[in-house]
Amino acid sequence: MNMPQVVITGFGSVNPLGLTAEKMWDGICNGKCGIKTVSAFDASKFKCQLAGEVAEFSIRDYVPKSHRKATKLMSRDIELSVIAAREAVQLAGLVTKDAESGETNIEPLMTAINFGAGLISADLDELAAAVGTSITDGKFDMHKWGAEGMNALTPLWLLKYLPNMLACHIGIIHDMQGPSNTITCGEVSSHIAIIEASQVIQRGQAQLALAGGGEAKVTPVVLMRQILLDRAMFSSNDNPQGACRPFDSKAGGSVFGEAAGVIVLEDADRAKNRHAKIFAVVAGTGQSNSLNPVLHQLEPSGQAIKIAIEKAIKEAKISPADIDLIVPHGTGIPCDDAAEAKGIQDALGEAVKNIAVLPIKSMVSNAGAASGSLDVIAAVCAMRDSVIPAAKNFDSPIAGCKLKINTKKIEKKIRYALCTGYTFGGQTAAVVLKNYNG
Amino acid sequence: MSQRVVITGLGIVSPMGDAVETVWQGMMTGKNGFNKTTIFDATTFPSKFCAEVKNYDFGKFVKNTELHKHGNRGTKFVLGATVQACKQAKIDVETDNPKDGIDRTRLGIYLGAGEGSIDTENFFEALIAGYDSETSKMDFAKWTEVASVKFSPQHELEQEPNMPISHIALLAGVRGPTRSCLTACAASTQAVGEAYKIIQRGDADVIIAGGAHSMIHPLGITGFNRLTALSTNNDNWQTASRPFSATRDGFVIGEGGAIVILETLESAKKRGVEILGEIIGFGSTNDAFRVTDMHEEARGAVNAIQAAIKDAKITKEQVQYINAHGTSTSENDSIETRAIKTVFGDYAKKLPVSSVKGMLGHLIGAAGCAELITCVMALRDNTLPPTMNYSEPDPELDLDYVPNKPRKVENLEIVLNESFGFGGQNNVLVVRKFKD
Repeated sequence: MNMPQVVITGFGSVNPLGLTAEKMWDGICNGKCGIKTVSAFDASKFKCQLAGEVAEFSIRDYVPKSHRKATKLMSRDIELSVIAAREAVQLAGLVTKDAESGETNIEPLMTAINFGAGLISADLDELAAAVGTSITDGKFDMHKWGAEGMNALTPLWLLKYLPNMLACHIGIIHDMQGPSNTITCGEVSSHIAIIEASQVIQRGQAQLALAGGGEAKVTPVVLMRQILLDRAMFSSNDNPQGACRPFDSKAGGSVFGEAAGVIVLEDADRAKNRHAKIFAVVAGTGQSNSLNPVLHQLEPSGQAIKIAIEKAIKEAKISPADIDLIVPHGTGIPCDDAAEAKGIQDALGEAVKNIAVLPIKSMVSNAGAASGSLDVIAAVCAMRDSVIPAAKNFDSPIAGCKLKINTKKIEKKIRYALCTGYTFGGQTAAVVLKNYNG
Repeated sequence: MSQRVVITGLGIVSPMGDAVETVWQGMMTGKNGFNKTTIFDATTFPSKFCAEVKNYDFGKFVKNTELHKHGNRGTKFVLGATVQACKQAKIDVETDNPKDGIDRTRLGIYLGAGEGSIDTENFFEALIAGYDSETSKMDFAKWTEVASVKFSPQHELEQEPNMPISHIALLAGVRGPTRSCLTACAASTQAVGEAYKIIQRGDADVIIAGGAHSMIHPLGITGFNRLTALSTNNDNWQTASRPFSATRDGFVIGEGGAIVILETLESAKKRGVEILGEIIGFGSTNDAFRVTDMHEEARGAVNAIQAAIKDAKITKEQVQYINAHGTSTSENDSIETRAIKTVFGDYAKKLPVSSVKGMLGHLIGAAGCAELITCVMALRDNTLPPTMNYSEPDPELDLDYVPNKPRKVENLEIVLNESFGFGGQNNVLVVRKFKD
């Protein structure tokens, strides 16, 4: 049985380099960096005071009138995702309920959403104002809280923080009623969401899907978590631009940020019938799991990365030499970068010497559950423009890394691109994209 | 021809016990898992009771407890459930040298799993240290002084919702596709459905699928109490969960872990393991209506049931029983009844529907898979679990809810498992008694 081909017909992103995917790509092509000193809150006592933050916006400018009231129920993760989804839908030439113009060109029941989300942190200012009513002798008083304190929270408080609300708000705005899932696998969430969405289309339960992820990691609790886990860069607070250094010998940790990325996936026949611009084909995907008892680090052997890549390549029916670009997860955490490099090298063998590698987190930061979607968008843009931009903050490789990190912008037709991802906890994924134009 | 996907193992850790047979026999005698909340001091909360997992000893199931000791409640529950299910399915765990005939790169995991509890005491201590009551604002420099010292890296990591699958991967040496989803109360039904599709597609031979969750912590209960989703019938807490009954006033929150082993028919036969049932259909939809309420006409639920029936390639009259989401909230039980009537028409009157939440409580992310397990047991014993505490019929709700007593039936073959979640998530599975 031949499974339908799944193609990419649109994408959108909100990220530290700008409020659109095009601005992100333009920034990457020009070696810009969206990492700065945290402005969202006073992080002056944090060991890592840097983050990739999104420029100011008003969510009300990005939702239809009918959804304005519901913006009150949006955490920042939801806001970012909603904005990225609108851009993706518009770029794909889809007319949905969001357009508020009558005629639409999607079938709601055949349109899926598979979205990656992080562990959303409650707004501490809001929570503290409520908790402030329940303090006795300087301590939290559970009795006061239960009896009355909790009433200071808005009744719908919980709904802001459920991870599936990213997909649900998007579904409501665009009237997408098909299969809907929210993947919560940390930093590999949107890779997996993209994989699952293409499989939902392949099995015929949808013809169209929005896939990707969103996460706003610039909150005290979330950044503190990464700091406590020793995953953040501590020694570069005075040099934000040079702080995140994937695969570089002077790397000292990751810099976290906020972003959302949304890809429009479509059954190739449907896309052709409506004469949509097709950017790329999802040619093969694979997954595995790292087995490291130190759960927040990849196993040094990179075995789970290797297995995922091998599966994706097999499914795409290609050989490693057909790949012209790799966009790795590349966080700037030395042990993880070394393990990822080893996994990629072991999977691709000799061919790896000739494949350009473009890590983008040095520019866009590590936006957790959104990161895979940003990687895929970068790969798609590179394919579209036949350009591989230069990596930023890479001077010399960490020990054991034989990857050809691309240090100079080159123009080159990209036949296949490989995106790899993994997360604390160990889940891994690989996605092979094929250039639609040959 | 796509692979047939069968169930070869079951495991559960729940408010009604930590063995499938115990839970099922409890349901046959109308027992329940409710208690006054002991996990934290809820004596002044609007809801002072819940369904806790009681006297759970995770060392009874897991040998290397050290490796998993930081796991959150949901993680520990689901590890116990996984060990049970793997034992039944003859899958070797906690060994570097498995001899079960399963290629580890073709062994996967798919859970609907919730986040772990915040580190309550330290979290509030830091929050209060940073709170300036004059300005009603947080001083994050002060917050940091406490948080950076008091918060533990392990506790912070183990709150992440993918941690349960990460622990299971270590337990069983899993190298195939592993995913964790969180679609509110529909999560583990979705996980099992998507796992079924991964196997059907040929990407894995065996998947450890199910759910894990505990939201019985101060902020979890606060969230649900503010939504007025929980029963506040504190005087009658033993019977407060009363799905489809006129006097229902909310759900009773539970916690737990539930696992089914899904496997290709070919692999199950080759390995010579007992086949307990077959998944034959899955439907997933979204209401795309409001984040706060279900669609009045139940459109998402209707679409999901229809999608599952279509996927199963059966007629609707072949469905002999529905294991309902039946939360005991006013809204869910009305809308779910409406959905069943819309899909099944006249046949709905002859179609028994029950909710085990009157006994088990609502296990949130783990609910769907726990209920799927009861579907498998119902198929085994040709017996429908009852909707307990059904005291007063709601005039609007006029289906056969299998009230208060289990019911013996003949030749039960095809049943539906329904789960719905906040945000309009709808997931439905079709399960069939195995026939070669």
